[in-house]
Amino acid sequence: MTEAEIRQVVRDTLSNIAPEADVDAIDPAKDLRDQIDIDSVDFLNFVIGLHKELGVEIPDSDVGKLTTIKGCIAYLMARANGS
Amino acid sequence: MPSLGADMQFGTLVDWRVKPGDTVKRGDVVALVETEKGVIEVEIFDSGVIESLVVQPGQKVPVGATLAIVKSDGKGVDAQPAPAPIVEKPSAEEKPPAKVAATLPTTESPRLRISPLARKRAQELGIDVETVTGTGEGGLITAADVERTAATISAAPAIVQTAPPVAKGLDLTAMRRVIAAAMARSKREIPHYYLATTIDMGKSLDWLAAENAKRPVTKRLLYSALLIRAVALALRDTPELNGFWIDDGFKAAAGIHIGVAISLRQGGLINPALHDVDKKNLDELMESMLDLVNRARTGHLRSSELADGTITVTNLGEQGVESVFGVIYPPQVALVGFGKITERPVAANGMLGIRPIIDATLAADHRVSDGHRGGRFLIAIDRLLQEPEKLWEN
Repeated sequence: MTEAEIRQVVRDTLSNIAPEADVDAIDPAKDLRDQIDIDSVDFLNFVIGLHKELGVEIPDSDVGKLTTIKGCIAYLMARANGS
Repeated sequence: MPSLGADMQFGTLVDWRVKPGDTVKRGDVVALVETEKGVIEVEIFDSGVIESLVVQPGQKVPVGATLAIVKSDGKGVDAQPAPAPIVEKPSAEEKPPAKVAATLPTTESPRLRISPLARKRAQELGIDVETVTGTGEGGLITAADVERTAATISAAPAIVQTAPPVAKGLDLTAMRRVIAAAMARSKREIPHYYLATTIDMGKSLDWLAAENAKRPVTKRLLYSALLIRAVALALRDTPELNGFWIDDGFKAAAGIHIGVAISLRQGGLINPALHDVDKKNLDELMESMLDLVNRARTGHLRSSELADGTITVTNLGEQGVESVFGVIYPPQVALVGFGKITERPVAANGMLGIRPIIDATLAADHRVSDGHRGGRFLIAIDRLLQEPEKLWEN
């Protein structure tokens, strides 16, 4: 998958769990949980959503890599493209 | 038109999910209704066949108005008072219930029989007396009937039941009005007492980490599930914290339906109920939590979820505070609060250690329970969380 495709999946998944949030305004380098005020249940729904959309398994030990948009894209690019 | 909050007087039918001739069973979502608090999926609590749809999409009608006629099969009704009904038609022989015009009432029926106290109580609670079924002599509506109606529709905690519309703008003014009414009533009527204890979460967190390492992402666990489960199990031994204060008396709830306080990012609060938490296994509880929060965020809560909470749990720790002393959501009689898990120095067995600690608090109604029992309840939660693997034994 291309970076643009993964970016779109991340964006759509975030919009699903936080429909009122302005996803475009999120700073990709900062913790998205703070920026759009999502709690642990929302965040788990986000991670599950990414897993379902992309078909990648995300071990609990890797969840910390998904707390920024930038981190999400880097991690998911690697996982989705088999590296 | 079901009442989905003590303050709700009208609702607008957004859409039907059924059509005449459809067979429905108890619990099916049959309509979407918009109130000033959001869009709610309305479930039916009888089973049968939809005979006709009385109200059309876009119409605004008062609480209690007939939305549809259902020919009951007589199987779906149980003894519990259900949230304000979609109309039931008991049998083919009986006359169908009178249809309510899709206009707003300006006066009560001249034949309505209601006690002065009940009328006053209905005004205080914002209940339309036309929607209350009288159980007194000759059908007289008593204060208890009004309270019962309010109880079937209220549900949120320090906190309030509302469901956010997704695309539509949330009426924050209306939501704040709802919160104001419920909380003012709580502080005016309920003699709260407050207790707090600290709980060492080390064993629970270790168990959780070991479990999560083995689990796929779709089955992953959050510590809040353990907290909610521990509350539910502790309630089995402290039933006086699980129920409602109605008509100057405590009514214990039949089930343990825990209202979960959810802070809406747009502002305001809701607390939909997780049903029968003491009977769910770990995976069922996690699945229910994830689903409930997601639907609360996206405006797909159901009427029963807004009506059924028997106690409330609020976990403000996620916002970073260490303790929360809640305001009970009437007519409930207790609220449990959890703060943030923080590492703190703890002395035990003559040694000082650093442990992950959470503050657990109880706000309870002193008309129903006393500090001694409330204290035992908090201690029971602590004890349960020290053996997390046993939390899932029934």
